[in-house]
Amino acid sequence: MSELGVSARPGRQQPGRQHFGRMVLAHGRMETLLLVRNGEQLLLALVIPLLLLIGGAESGGVVDLGSGRRIDVLTPGVLALAVMSTAFTSLAIATGFERRYGVLKLLGASPLSRSGLLVGKVLALLAVEAGQVVVIVVAGLALGWHPHGGVVAGLLCAALIVLGTAAFAAVGLLMAGSLRAEATLAAANLVYVVLLAAGAVVVPASSYPAGMRPLITALPSGALAEGLRSLTRGAAIGWSSTGSRFLVLAVWAVVAGVVAVRTFRWE
Amino acid sequence: MSSHPVEVCDLVMRYGDRTAVDGLTLTVHAGTIAAVLGPNGAGKTTTIETCEGYRRPQSGTVRVLGLDPVRQHRELAPRVGVMLQSGGAWSAIRAEEMLRYVASLHADPVPVPLLIDRLGLDSCGRTPYRRLSGGQQQRLRLAMAVVGRPELLFLDEPSAGLDPQSRKAAWDLVEDLARDGVTIVMTTHYMEEAERLADMVHVIDHGRVLVSGTPAELTSTGARNTIRFHARAGLDTTALSDALPPGYVVVEAIAGTYRVDGDVTPHTLATVTSWCAAQGVMPDDLAVEKHTLEDVFLELTGRDIRHE
Repeated sequence: MSELGVSARPGRQQPGRQHFGRMVLAHGRMETLLLVRNGEQLLLALVIPLLLLIGGAESGGVVDLGSGRRIDVLTPGVLALAVMSTAFTSLAIATGFERRYGVLKLLGASPLSRSGLLVGKVLALLAVEAGQVVVIVVAGLALGWHPHGGVVAGLLCAALIVLGTAAFAAVGLLMAGSLRAEATLAAANLVYVVLLAAGAVVVPASSYPAGMRPLITALPSGALAEGLRSLTRGAAIGWSSTGSRFLVLAVWAVVAGVVAVRTFRWE
Repeated sequence: MSSHPVEVCDLVMRYGDRTAVDGLTLTVHAGTIAAVLGPNGAGKTTTIETCEGYRRPQSGTVRVLGLDPVRQHRELAPRVGVMLQSGGAWSAIRAEEMLRYVASLHADPVPVPLLIDRLGLDSCGRTPYRRLSGGQQQRLRLAMAVVGRPELLFLDEPSAGLDPQSRKAAWDLVEDLARDGVTIVMTTHYMEEAERLADMVHVIDHGRVLVSGTPAELTSTGARNTIRFHARAGLDTTALSDALPPGYVVVEAIAGTYRVDGDVTPHTLATVTSWCAAQGVMPDDLAVEKHTLEDVFLELTGRDIRHE
């Protein structure tokens, strides 16, 4: 052995096997860092939601938000938008470029398994979303938001956000794993804008034409935002207000997830 | 458990109707450096990537450290270092962060500052990957392949695009690793690199191994050397060809520069100089040149330019 000691140390059976949990944490930390450092993604994650929240609350009826106080309608919708921006748009774009730059290829030869990579990504998404939720909730409260429903509704909101994250992430990875990086960049931004405008994210489904409502609430954006709105506005917890939202998100997560696993190209 | 770190037997790999690897057999012995040479599209990268577990052999077998690179990838990955030909890092990540991240995937990594120092990355540790020069990216990729203390290292064109100082640093590191008992498999286009580093050279083309041997063995096969000299242009070389035994080639490729290719002996030399004397010319700069690995390589694989 040279004095540099670069190679495997004698007497060790399995050089270099790192604990799974440590690898996942290291990966989650790295992805969080890269998400937070990316200026465009930060714009998507915080600036746009905050502008919509403040602008929507202060604009007074330019856009019809239905009945009730505007800030109570807006805040849960903006929370849903924040989740969509991170779990769908940011994830799809970042993963598309990871594929393009050979990061996924390199990790394919590293000790980090594919499941470890996925768990690390989910940790990063949840970490960024936690930051977004704190900022938006504080801003909403400062603008006079009165959430209803107590602890149970709060926990159901958290569960809905986690399931919504799974649904959006599955669709985002499906896109990133099959399209070219530039196509993913374009498509992920386009879908974001279309859903923001027509996906019942900020504007509640009740403000859309009646014929469109079933379609809109079957989208992950509509399901998540409508679910959060009814839970925080004190609606009775039941099948149509809550249960169906969970079902829609679960179906998206499973179907898109299965297709993503089958079609994902690593190079 | 098989006895050699890399055992490739009758490997066949096809992309559509193109056969990239066509019955390739290759063994790398423990603790040696093997250089895989071949023109573009010869099947080098496909072979290496099959060993790394990226592709499943369509026919034939591949064993790496006695394991199946695809099915036993989980056991294998911590013990093998891989340097890709390009890419492999986030564009916004800083060089040192990237190296620390890869180190964190291993239980007992080489201290990151040591590698940064060895490969001269200290000046660019805080530079984002996309702003590193080609040579810096290349050295970082080498550091990433090495940081986990692998038993076996695959390097795909490790010194492509490096300046002489960087190349020396990379070579020194590879030699130290080999001295420590690490088995190294590298592809290269640089004959100088193969001659300097490799214990065994495998020349491959059209998906097969054409010849394997130590650099010395390969350069002495055929014993074809060259006598080269300058003289007045336009001399009649037929008399010289006639004076030499069959199998020698006399050419005036550039006006005034003469070459005699063949098995050069003292007798050959005497024939050439007496012919010069008969012509009344002085053979200036006369030199006997041994064949280099590059000559051997070009003889084996032809002189046409290949396209990927």
